[in-house]
Amino acid sequence: MPAHRRLVDLLREGLGLTGTKEGCSVGVCGACAVLVDGDMVSACLMPAIFVDGTSVETIEGLSPPEGPLTPLQECFIRHGGFQCGICTPGQIMAATALLRDNPHPTELEVKRWMMGNLCRCTGYYKIVESILAAASGEGAPS
Amino acid sequence: MRTFDYHAVGSAAEALDLLAQYGEDAHLMAGGTSLMLMMEQGLIQPGHVVGLRSANELRGIGASSGGIEIRALTTHREVERSSHVRDYCPTLVEAFERIATIRIRNQATIGGNLVHADPAQDPPPILLALDAEVVIQSKIGERTVPLDGFFRDYFETVVEEGELLASVRLPAIVAGTKSTYVKFLPRTEDDYATLSVGAALRLGADGSCEHVRVALGSAAPTPIRARKVEAALQGQRLTGPMIDEAAELVRDEVDPLDDVRGSAKYKREMARVWTGRALRSLLDGGGK
Repeated sequence: MPAHRRLVDLLREGLGLTGTKEGCSVGVCGACAVLVDGDMVSACLMPAIFVDGTSVETIEGLSPPEGPLTPLQECFIRHGGFQCGICTPGQIMAATALLRDNPHPTELEVKRWMMGNLCRCTGYYKIVESILAAASGEGAPS
Repeated sequence: MRTFDYHAVGSAAEALDLLAQYGEDAHLMAGGTSLMLMMEQGLIQPGHVVGLRSANELRGIGASSGGIEIRALTTHREVERSSHVRDYCPTLVEAFERIATIRIRNQATIGGNLVHADPAQDPPPILLALDAEVVIQSKIGERTVPLDGFFRDYFETVVEEGELLASVRLPAIVAGTKSTYVKFLPRTEDDYATLSVGAALRLGADGSCEHVRVALGSAAPTPIRARKVEAALQGQRLTGPMIDEAAELVRDEVDPLDDVRGSAKYKREMARVWTGRALRSLLDGGGK
């Protein structure tokens, strides 16, 4: 693999995992957020060589193809936490990292954590609502 | 981006060997957040990138003669979450918590931040206010340089070819010293500041100013200390109006650029306003 290849290129082009989106390409928008050894990073800023020997989680890995979805994903659907969907994989990976770090965040903590994930459709209210719903236990398979 | 040979090293010594071998064609990479973008834009085109990620001796936070030492490869997130750092100075934690976003803080390092020498970044003003020093290592040994004097110009520092920044040292904080870091963000919370101020203040029993530091970001080609402001306050019995008067002096110390975050003229005024606010908050018992 060429040394200058970015993680987002490895995922999308090398492995065909196109769930991770590329937005701004400069680490600002959050569309390419993935978890490397559990830590949220921008796949557009990370050299792919950095992930050698690590565990990388993307949107594709959250739930099996036949379901069930994770409670968080379920809550994004129930609460309309997306419209066009481009930012959604990044939003869900960021929120997944949040709920692992802090399973019962306050609304302010959700907003602080999600601050770096831009959405140009929803106005954010529905995203915050979806995350708080998942944190309250909604969306778990019955 | 032009491709390059990537050399993953396990120690500072290995990195220094490679720097000696490849000279100007080599560039160190820590977290990579800034370097990746600069290479993407063709601003830096090294043939050899020396990756420090696995050089664990360059990572971590520990005590150092009453103060603390933060090794260069420590991420911003590690600084922000460190109980050592919180015990040493909660203001430092607050400053690091507000750098960019969690994603960037998970990847970017304190050493990478300082050698990148972008005058708009958050760590330098608060580190200057706390009298930080940096340890620079080379094949012939190491040298310690005050952070005040480390930055030379836009994106330029005193680190020479064949050297690497190994750690940041912060001295013991004298009891009673309070510090603060404020930044003016007219757009979004994760943006670069239009202007930022790190300040520290200690008053004597009689209310006179025993110790004062004022440092600014986004105000000049490098992060700067506002020495004229400091000199006007040192030894004085401080009042709010006296601080406002001293803050006027900062206008002559800054040398800002016109950019999307404000005109040079505007930033000069904001330097005065935010210097005054930072110092007044410390005088009024704010800060930590």
